[in-house]
Amino acid sequence: MTMQQLREIGRAFIRRPAGIVGLIMLLVVVLVAIAAPWLAPYHPKDKIDVSPGDLLTPPDSEHLLGRDDAGRDVLSQLIYGARVSLTVGFVASFMSMVIGTTIGLVAGYRGGRIDSLSMRLVDFLLVIPDLPLMLVIISMWGRGLWKIILVIGLLGWTVTARLVRSQVLSIKERCYILRARVIGASHYRIAARHILPQVMPLVIAEAVLAVSGAIIAESSLSFLGLGDPTLVSWGMMLNFAFERAISRRAWWFLLPPGFAIVWVSVGLILIGSTLEEIVNPSLKTHHLFDPRRMMARIAGRVPKEPAPDHTALVETERAE
Amino acid sequence: MQQSNYLIRKVLFGLVTLAVVVGFNFALFRILPGDPVKAIARSPRLTQEMREKLRVEFGLDKPVFLDLERLKTGDVIGAFDTQFTAYINALLHGNLGISFRSRRAVSEILAERVWRTVVLVAAGETLSLVLGITLGLVAAWRRGTRADMGILLYALFSWGLPTFFLGIILLILAQGLLPVGGMVTPGLKPEDGWVYWTDVGKHLILPTLTMAIIYTSSYILIMRSSVMGVLSEDYILTAKAKGMSTFRILRSEALKNAMLPMVTIAALNLAYTVGGAIQVETVFSWPGVGRLMYEAVMTRDYPVLQGTFLLLAVAVIVANLTADILYSVLDPRVKAG
Amino acid sequence: MMSLLEVRNLSIDYLREDGMALHAVEEVCFTLEEGRSLGLVGESGCGKTTVILGILRLLPAQGRIVSGEVLSKGTDLFSLTEAEMRKHRWKNLSIIFQGSMNALNPVRRVGDQIADAIKLHENANDGKQVEARVHQLLDLVGISPQRSRHYPHQYSGGMRQRAMIAMALACSPDVLIADEPTTALDVMIQAQILDLLQKLQKELALSIILVTHDLGVVAEMCNDVLVMYGGRTAEYASVDTIFNEAQHPYTRRLLQAFPDIANPSSKLASIPGYPPPLDALPRGCRFEPRCHRKRAICAEQIPTLEAVQPGHYVACPFREDN
Repeated sequence: MTMQQLREIGRAFIRRPAGIVGLIMLLVVVLVAIAAPWLAPYHPKDKIDVSPGDLLTPPDSEHLLGRDDAGRDVLSQLIYGARVSLTVGFVASFMSMVIGTTIGLVAGYRGGRIDSLSMRLVDFLLVIPDLPLMLVIISMWGRGLWKIILVIGLLGWTVTARLVRSQVLSIKERCYILRARVIGASHYRIAARHILPQVMPLVIAEAVLAVSGAIIAESSLSFLGLGDPTLVSWGMMLNFAFERAISRRAWWFLLPPGFAIVWVSVGLILIGSTLEEIVNPSLKTHHLFDPRRMMARIAGRVPKEPAPDHTALVETERAE
Repeated sequence: MQQSNYLIRKVLFGLVTLAVVVGFNFALFRILPGDPVKAIARSPRLTQEMREKLRVEFGLDKPVFLDLERLKTGDVIGAFDTQFTAYINALLHGNLGISFRSRRAVSEILAERVWRTVVLVAAGETLSLVLGITLGLVAAWRRGTRADMGILLYALFSWGLPTFFLGIILLILAQGLLPVGGMVTPGLKPEDGWVYWTDVGKHLILPTLTMAIIYTSSYILIMRSSVMGVLSEDYILTAKAKGMSTFRILRSEALKNAMLPMVTIAALNLAYTVGGAIQVETVFSWPGVGRLMYEAVMTRDYPVLQGTFLLLAVAVIVANLTADILYSVLDPRVKAG
Repeated sequence: MMSLLEVRNLSIDYLREDGMALHAVEEVCFTLEEGRSLGLVGESGCGKTTVILGILRLLPAQGRIVSGEVLSKGTDLFSLTEAEMRKHRWKNLSIIFQGSMNALNPVRRVGDQIADAIKLHENANDGKQVEARVHQLLDLVGISPQRSRHYPHQYSGGMRQRAMIAMALACSPDVLIADEPTTALDVMIQAQILDLLQKLQKELALSIILVTHDLGVVAEMCNDVLVMYGGRTAEYASVDTIFNEAQHPYTRRLLQAFPDIANPSSKLASIPGYPPPLDALPRGCRFEPRCHRKRAICAEQIPTLEAVQPGHYVACPFREDN
């Protein structure tokens, strides 16, 4: 992507309130995660000497979000949990982006057998149910942050691949590509210098949306008991809270982690869909939902978003 | 002619996918690091009898894929006497192994619980589809108005909401008003007839609602996009020029066209809905196969885990295939290729 | 005698997303008498389609009728409620659009779509009667009645257009508006469609408003011609007058751009330049930038439509008298 492209996108982004709100939401979480050691009043793993009366206490002046079933400070856990979510989210999404872009680029550019094969692979992965697959793999392979990141990343590239491929297909035929070929530029050069920069903005938009997907995936896995036991994540907090606090109606333990997840996801979605709208307005509504995989699968069948004027289903108005 | 071509391709693809899933399931048990079978075989929880059964069923002392030794001696049939063949053989007999925890046949456990998940998913999907189609239609028709914005906002929000967390929220909100766990109040039995079934129904409300709130949004967005595409087509203008009222146009011209993709979507969605069902069943203790999977994760009951995964994957593959077939039947354009 | 259709000073705007009003059509007037057909001629984007959509109140969401009246056999169409307008449509004024693939609903049978039109306006409850009428209509346009059970994709392009014509005639309207009926078709089929329209003109005493950029077609089929440019009327006269005594510079150039069979070796002239974009309309005459007879005042003042002779209107103060 050229600097100019970046500047243009930036300018368009600033003009959209939805994107700004999303960005602020995300930045809050990022800052909290970075500043965790200074921000959190306690270390989440602190073994505090507790008496039974200290368990599952509601918020008070010393513990702003109360304490969990082991007497630990909920607020600190929440703050540190941001680190896990963001790490998983960004790393897994980055992985998916790299894999997806490469495959999509190669498939779209080379065409032929490589293309069909890649797309069959994508179809295959889209059919397999995500969560059960991840559950089975993590259960049997073992728990751990990197394993989770890998599993999410390796299953999440399909949408990007489809997207990149369709973009490449349309770019491939443009004049300047043919000119480059005539001049004798190598395929690699063409792909890297001419096609990739065109595709990147959309990929970035997709990647942002993928981050929110990854965060939710991690939280689901952790909630179901497969999170990294050495770390505190929001999903794991919810797992403990659900197992142990729900009958006691310990809302201070139950609600904050969930809201945190929603907060960061919605922020990312706002950013991602704003970017998408800027970069490719014709895709406006197609990616704003879950599962994006559905749109990747039926890309051909749903009519494209029409030009935004022709709705004959309105009574013609008289201007006064 | 084109239609059968299309179908054959789809069926073939379905079969290949199935084969890969089965193979993957096999590989999972044996190839992933930290081979749990060997570890479990040494686990004190297993009786000697069970260990022997495991050994026989999974052929743990046999080679994995192909017995090269026997192949060399010309014994081709014997060369296939491997773990893999044993596994396939077991599968074909409907044998999915034995639960580590309950010592019952996995297939039996699944058969017992699967209908409960089917009920939940069916209820959730139906509600989602109805709401999604209606709201999507409204959003497209009233595009740009506050109704449209509101609907889109809802869709955006529910994408960022984890299913299990929504379940927890609803659970907290509804405590006291609606039953919040299990499938039926203890003590009631199917023999109690109507009372039993209404009780089940009451227990079904919250889980269904959770699923519906989450999945409606994707249907809304697709329906909306689809209807918008349809409304911009020339034949809608023709219909209006003919003197049709808006309602009639929506009903007879737009609806059928816009709903065509929904068929495929509902099936493809199943891959995702199944994941949601696992979460919902866990939160609401609904005793279906989703909850079973969660319990299997907790207790490291690997045969159950694998068997459930296989079941779910197969169900989704079959559902997708059915949807592809249905789509080709419904859209006359596909018939002509 | 009441005219079939009378359009008085019709002006239509399109509202852009940012609220700016684009003047797509300004002060267009014409009258359609019984037994006569009108050709509405102009380049793409001159507003001719907007005019007819406006007449039928079928403008898209951002269209606004700014001023004007449309009288259909005396009834002021703009004063009707939407429900009344619906009843009026098709029975009195029907329309066929450019023969695009999707002018007919692809997932419904052709016969059903035609039957719709009948059922909507005539209180026809007898299925058999309706079916018979559908077959009759298809026969009228040269399509075998068995094909009424087929879907649009099973028809060729020309057949689809003929089916649309059949549908448009379902309620025996007085006026048929044909919006570029032959543009999307190849030459052989174009001739077929035009022949059909002419046949229907004669047999059914149908008045046709033919919207097109093809003057040749107009010459064959129409009695009067309205030439539009930049949303305004450039010239309005009978077809003979237009072809032999045109006075507006634009009309003259348009005529020169068409091959003349009588003089095959004469040079074809094209008009350099492009029609004005709607968001940057000239202050004065719309044609001024491309006009070969322009004077200074042309860029300042919009020319008014004047009657140079009874029935011959020209909007140019520097018209070319013969």
